[in-house]
Amino acid sequence: MSLLDFFIRQRGEILARTLEHLWLVGASMFFAIGIGVPLGIALVGRQNLRRWVLGSANIIQTIPSLALFGFLIPVPLLGGIGSTTAIVALTLYALLPILRNTFIGISGVDPAVLEAARAMGMTPRQTLWQVQIPLSMGVLMAGIRVATVVTIGVATIAAAIGAGGLGVFIFRGVSMASNAVILAGAVPAALLAVGADLLLSLFERRLTPRT
Amino acid sequence: MTESGGWAIEMLGVSYRLPNGRVLIDNLDLRVNRGEMLIVLGRSGSGKTTSIRLINGLLTPSAGEILIEGRPQSQWDPIRLRRGMGYVIQEIGLFPHWTVERNIALVPHLEKWPEDRVRDRVQELLRLIGMDPAEFAGRFPRELSGGQRQRVGVARALAADPAILLMDEPFGALDPVTAAELETEFRALASRLGKTIVFVTHNLRSALLSRARIALLARGRLVGLFSPEEFLRSRDPEVRAFVASLNPGAENPQDLLAQGGPL
Repeated sequence: MSLLDFFIRQRGEILARTLEHLWLVGASMFFAIGIGVPLGIALVGRQNLRRWVLGSANIIQTIPSLALFGFLIPVPLLGGIGSTTAIVALTLYALLPILRNTFIGISGVDPAVLEAARAMGMTPRQTLWQVQIPLSMGVLMAGIRVATVVTIGVATIAAAIGAGGLGVFIFRGVSMASNAVILAGAVPAALLAVGADLLLSLFERRLTPRT
Repeated sequence: MTESGGWAIEMLGVSYRLPNGRVLIDNLDLRVNRGEMLIVLGRSGSGKTTSIRLINGLLTPSAGEILIEGRPQSQWDPIRLRRGMGYVIQEIGLFPHWTVERNIALVPHLEKWPEDRVRDRVQELLRLIGMDPAEFAGRFPRELSGGQRQRVGVARALAADPAILLMDEPFGALDPVTAAELETEFRALASRLGKTIVFVTHNLRSALLSRARIALLARGRLVGLFSPEEFLRSRDPEVRAFVASLNPGAENPQDLLAQGGPL
């Protein structure tokens, strides 16, 4: 039986698992961006907070993903078996690149431009929305792109704690010693990652101000 | 801006000290008449930029008081105060992601002028600074030469027709030929506009050419206030140092060559 035949016969489940996977990644990115971008902006000009927050995000990044999923299972509210736990863990993973790039982008805006904005009577809020965020959009989007691609990969491990997604095929294939089943999870996951990378680089290029 | 006596800007015993204790401005008294152009002259690090950042409210004096249009600066809303003053910073700081038009329209936009009035004003200003609106309005700062960027910086500062214009070595980063041309143009423009102008420079030549009063700063202190004639007559050592920098004999290139020794 060819691999393609197998994929075609399994297309129903492959599609369902892909949608589950997209849901895990989408929800995690939603929270990671929602937390990471404002927090990254808040770090600008706050050295102590910055050391603490970026340090913590770095440490989280070093925890093996399977262990992080495991650690979260006994945690009340956030933990347990299923997709909630997975989304929490994936959000924590995605946080570092978004935080770091937001911080780098915002603090990299030309000081002369900021001085002009202040001197001309822009409020800090106007400066943030009209100057700092647009000028750091390219770096910020690059962080989101990297975080998304990494999350698509790491989300396959979420199947280990019953969160579903394309990892289900991979774990099943490993226990069945079946390459075809592993590939039914790995190929769509790889395609998702490449697709997300292409799509987001397109956005990134469009949103990067040419200076 | 509100009515008051003749002074547009008064600095009364103003000092500015960094948190580490370094004194940048030391007990400075300076008054600028309404409609007057005042040159603030000094070497690098003499406190010129600090003094106009204080006037603009970007810095708060450690001691003394600054009155703008007769009103203590502390009673001004800093945002309102800054929108009422055009400010051309040394590095210009045009917004690289905005077109020339959007850059010039900055303060009118912040002040929520109607769109058509903003557009008219931008056209008017571009013509005022000698740039064709049809050609330049839609360009980005990266598509301009250094001199054109400076012009746009001046237009942006003038956009909402502020009563006070602060200029921090606006032509300092240009090549000497372009700088001299722009300065000549700017002097003509300034005399037509009738605004209160504080013009910071380290270049005595441009200070003298402007025919305006000169406030000489050294190490954060006011050395003195001079008319151009008084300045050239003064025996003060700091003044003499500046006059010496003019290199009077050097107007003739042959003299310049004669003065210079082998490298």
